[in-house]
Amino acid sequence: MANSEIAWQQDLEDALQAARTQQKPVLLDFSAAPM
Amino acid sequence: MYPDERVTRFVSDNFIPVRVHVRDQAEEFQRLGAKYAAQWTPTILVLDSDGAERHRVEGFLPANDFLPQLALGRAHAEFRRGAFSDAERHFKAVVDHHPKSDVAAEGLYWAGVSRYKATNDPTALGETANSFKIRFQDTSWAKKASVWNR
Repeated sequence: MANSEIAWQQDLEDALQAARTQQKPVLLDFSAAPM
Repeated sequence: MYPDERVTRFVSDNFIPVRVHVRDQAEEFQRLGAKYAAQWTPTILVLDSDGAERHRVEGFLPANDFLPQLALGRAHAEFRRGAFSDAERHFKAVVDHHPKSDVAAEGLYWAGVSRYKATNDPTALGETANSFKIRFQDTSWAKKASVWNR
């Protein structure tokens, strides 16, 4: 499975809303890795 | 990059993943970096749905060390939202799936606390203290659990 298969979001507020709906925590990655 | 298949699967199954890049999203990186005191990359945070930090990993870790950190973060998030039975299950998974990891002893400790919080049964703490007599004896978590010995 390649890195691109993680559906990274870029908007934290949208992710927090999804976290409430899906009852999952948010993983926030501060990265310098090649995109 | 998360090149390990186990990591990508665990992240996709257990989290809403958000990435902010130090160069490509410099303004957002600065804003969120200031909010969460993230001054180095990689910094990986587990946040609850209110945006409160529940676990932090700073610096690169190989997959065999990073996976248990992710599992521990998931468990702490469940604990903090009061889902104690789910938290116990996730903490136990840290111990069962990553028994040689740096965080296995912490998982055992919090699994016991979670079971106590879920059941209000103090024997959960005593049993956890007994487990520390045969596992992870030389850890700070064993010392913390020692107060539960009867």
